[in-house]
Amino acid sequence: MAEETLLTDDFLRQLINVGEVDILVGLPTHNNAKTVEPVIQAIQAGILKCFPRERAVIINADGGSQDGTPELVIGASIDDVKKDDPRDEPRKGSKVYALRTFPSISTRYARSPEPGTALRTILAAADLLRAKACVVVSPDSTTIEPDWLQRLVRPVYHDNFDLVSPIYRRQKFEGVLMRNLLYPMTRALYGYGIREPYASEFAISGRLATDFLAKENWDDEWCRTGAEIGLTITAITGTYRVCQSFLGTKTQPDRSASDLVAAMRRTVGALFWSLDGNFSIWSTIARSQPVPTVGTPSEVMPEPVRVNRKRLQEMFATGVAELEPVFRSILSAATLAELQRIATLEVSAFNYPADVWAKTVFEFAASYHKSVINRDHIVQALVPLYRGRTLSFLLENRDASWEDIEKNVESLCDEFERLKPYLLEVWADRK
Amino acid sequence: MKEIIITELTQALQDLARGFAHYLPRLIVMLIVAFVGWVIAYLLKVLVRSILRLTRFSKLSENSGATQLLNQAALPSSTELLSRFVFWVAWVGFILLGVSVLGIVGLQDYISRFFLFLPRLFVALLILFFGLLAANFVSRAVLLAGVNANIRSSRLLSISIRFIISIFALSMVFEVLGVAEQTVLIAFGTAFGAVMLGLAIAFGIGGKDLAREFLERRLVTGKKEEKEDELSPL
Repeated sequence: MAEETLLTDDFLRQLINVGEVDILVGLPTHNNAKTVEPVIQAIQAGILKCFPRERAVIINADGGSQDGTPELVIGASIDDVKKDDPRDEPRKGSKVYALRTFPSISTRYARSPEPGTALRTILAAADLLRAKACVVVSPDSTTIEPDWLQRLVRPVYHDNFDLVSPIYRRQKFEGVLMRNLLYPMTRALYGYGIREPYASEFAISGRLATDFLAKENWDDEWCRTGAEIGLTITAITGTYRVCQSFLGTKTQPDRSASDLVAAMRRTVGALFWSLDGNFSIWSTIARSQPVPTVGTPSEVMPEPVRVNRKRLQEMFATGVAELEPVFRSILSAATLAELQRIATLEVSAFNYPADVWAKTVFEFAASYHKSVINRDHIVQALVPLYRGRTLSFLLENRDASWEDIEKNVESLCDEFERLKPYLLEVWADRK
Repeated sequence: MKEIIITELTQALQDLARGFAHYLPRLIVMLIVAFVGWVIAYLLKVLVRSILRLTRFSKLSENSGATQLLNQAALPSSTELLSRFVFWVAWVGFILLGVSVLGIVGLQDYISRFFLFLPRLFVALLILFFGLLAANFVSRAVLLAGVNANIRSSRLLSISIRFIISIFALSMVFEVLGVAEQTVLIAFGTAFGAVMLGLAIAFGIGGKDLAREFLERRLVTGKKEEKEDELSPL
């Protein structure tokens, strides 16, 4: 029982004091003091409003915060019936009543953040407390609304779904990696059109939590960093009921170049890694099927965005030129030649076509499978090419409406599905 | 006179026959040892080749850049080269063992020195292999990090790192082999110092504007680094 060593004695004692729960809200944090309070308030308001009779607990898995995040979470614990708190009214616009206590527990799982270990801690707590539904919320989701909890938990709690994946209302050029790689590739390979295979908010059943906890090899590097996408893949490849739920507006904090590499590692790296173990499943799936979706769809936000297109083009062209020796180990001669041709294009004429992008990603996946070079280096080498695809996506959808963007994303998904036999070919052939 | 000559010749022939008779068994032993050695060396070669193929050594060699070097020198693959090396070392070892049976005094010293040299040769080869592996891995990591951080001349930086680590590994190899130890060390020290000084001067003169810009970005408040873009990947 690895969980016995994962959960500290103090944390176990607190969990035992809580007893069995119906809903467990997991909050993985690392230095989120600036944003965590409104998130906790939204969680509490959401649970108390929509599930007032259910036993609920907030479990904070902290990765070594130095800014007092765990203290803020513990301080938000409702240890007694909460009545007419005047502080809530201006913020939430409604009174908050609690029929039950709503404890918040915090545990430090490591000195540095490891998303996989944080998730594992939350799932271990859910397993121990026999939670019927486990919902994970990102501490930097500043746009979270109390209704998000209902939209995530209700399908699990009342409709017996095992995984509820979110669909957000986004700025039209946000989530580029999701729209251009993670969603199309997951859909083409596993046959499920999950819009957010790597979700920062999601809900799962106690059954899936227990099974995933037992199934995964948590000592593996990709489990420590990219367990979220592993959870989605476990759900769609197993005998679990999966659905999506429209949540609301999602904005992301500012990112830097180092964040992009880290994001590629924990999403693309984990997705590539999952292909090895699930070959017998994904290799037999020919077409994708729609996933049941609850809620009302909302359009993308049309706010303008300032992007240095010239710089993106330069970074792509420099990457193709400088990494040529690395690409020769990963890509086929034809794909590399096509990339070198694209790299010569000016910004105004720049186009990284969908079929070339799909082939590029598939050849990277096959090279990852064959470990032609160090696997982490393969994932890193995809970053400059992703920048090129980002630029192409920007130019393609510059004046596009929400419907047009959706149409283009669907067209890219179709291209990934059409070229799936090519993946199987390079998967088998590449030496 | 005639009898004396005949007697001396007979004596010489008898001595030669005695000497030959004395050495013949040893010669046969030497030939047997050499033959058995050849069989064992051949079996070792086959065994090593199989193990290397099973452990996908060629991929490791490719990753280290050793395959590329061998191809450029028109040499066989690393697996073949290593198995042949094991064959020859083992067979030469057995031949020398056989020669030592002959009891030739002058050769004994060379034979024992050869056997003493073998462990050093293995260590040197290991250092060379892992040195090339490290040089290739680190230089590629630097190249990828440089390109993803949009650092100019990332490939030059990567090649420099590869060169320095390779030179360092080679100097260690020569030191282990005991080949021109002092000369190699002095040459390495001089070359390494020259490269470092050259880089320092080059960065100092060529990169002063870049350094100023970097320091301003880091230290001067209000002047933030230009963001790569405002797009979130996830």
